[in-house]
Amino acid sequence: MPVNKDKGLFIVFFATAMCVVCSAAVSSLAVALREKQTTNKRLDKQKNILRVAGLLEAGASPDQAAVEEAFKNIEAYLIDRKTGERVEGEVAGYDQRKAAKTDEGGVSAESGVAKLAQVKRLPNTLLVYEVTVPGKEAYILPISGNGLWSTLLGFIAVKLNAQTIAGITYYEHAETPGLGGEVDNPKWKALWPGRQIYGPEGDVRINANKGGGFGPDHDIDALSGATITSHGVTYMLQLWLGPDGYQPFLKKATAGSGGN
Amino acid sequence: MDKKTKKILVDPLHVENPITLQVLGICSALAVTTNLSTALVMCGALTFVLLGSNIVISCLRNYIPGSIRIIVQLTVIASLVIVADQVLKAFVYDVSKQLSVFVGLIITNCIVMGRAEAFAMANGPVDSALDGLSNAMGYNIILILVAAPREFFGFGTLLGHPIIDASESSWYVHNGMMVLSPAAFFIIGVLIWIQRAAAPSMVEED
Repeated sequence: MPVNKDKGLFIVFFATAMCVVCSAAVSSLAVALREKQTTNKRLDKQKNILRVAGLLEAGASPDQAAVEEAFKNIEAYLIDRKTGERVEGEVAGYDQRKAAKTDEGGVSAESGVAKLAQVKRLPNTLLVYEVTVPGKEAYILPISGNGLWSTLLGFIAVKLNAQTIAGITYYEHAETPGLGGEVDNPKWKALWPGRQIYGPEGDVRINANKGGGFGPDHDIDALSGATITSHGVTYMLQLWLGPDGYQPFLKKATAGSGGN
Repeated sequence: MDKKTKKILVDPLHVENPITLQVLGICSALAVTTNLSTALVMCGALTFVLLGSNIVISCLRNYIPGSIRIIVQLTVIASLVIVADQVLKAFVYDVSKQLSVFVGLIITNCIVMGRAEAFAMANGPVDSALDGLSNAMGYNIILILVAAPREFFGFGTLLGHPIIDASESSWYVHNGMMVLSPAAFFIIGVLIWIQRAAAPSMVEED
């Protein structure tokens, strides 16, 4: 049957059919693969926690069982953001970014540094992962904030003295590959361990901005070609390690363990 | 094999190579060739998309209205790219994270649309499939030729296996430039030079 393929009605019909067929194919595939992808994502997050804790070699890619085994050395619990007190609650399903968006789980962020990090809401309850392996004890704290294009999600590992950084990692971001995307670069991440977080007044001095400002104990080289991503990293750390973030918890933790 | 089929199959590998002659698909050729494993996954994804889009568009070519043909081609290509991206995320998550946006950017890879518009719209599905395959192979060969030396000289490894002793005390100092994008330009430049020296037909007249 010959069709006049350039007639108006046929064009509309063809375009509609095309859209329906393609979207049906794509969405059914996406649904079919969703479960596998979520597992991968969760596994990747756990691997990142293990990596920043120093429990996983940089290049190693262990399977699910090995990750879960290693994860037994990490205790996860919830704390109250304002007081730093440990609170009861189910850790497994808790997503502090989601909680922050709800009325009962979060408050809107007012401080200047929160605006700089472009974090609009803060959760009332925060997650802490504590590494219990001897010699590698650390608190692993989730951090998030905006870079240039995307929200960066990651972890910062802080030693039990609540002052020295043990490592940093980002597990999700969409910064420009090769520029802001270099937050993934192992060489850059290697600059972090050993840096001191707080100044004598308890002010957060960790700084990855160009030019630095607080001296070699606190400054980290900015990423070249990625000024805005570097700023994002700095501000999100100043927020999450500051009084609106984990500082009350870290203060309390050191006070409890003898206080030095 | 008749002459036409042979031409379809062989030309894109050398004298009609999509990267080195037509200089298409350069973006991904620069970005994903820092190591061989990401380059290979990218090759696989592009081969799938190019083959698929050529076959689908060739089958539909007698029905696609001329006035909306580009957007129809893009719809087909975009759907295939999403399929490739989703499958990679489900089965090789680590590599798909490294490839990040570049799988998605296959949509804008001019090789795919170029072949759809220039070949699949005018030829049958079998010829189009062969054309898609051979053009993908032309792209793959160049990607591998660029990625292998970059990984070897940049990291001292191939497919992640250490070839040169990579420790601090090693005699070999890694060539940091090979890891950066300009190295891909240099290697592609050298490849174009070699190809043109071997096949003068590739050299355009002034």
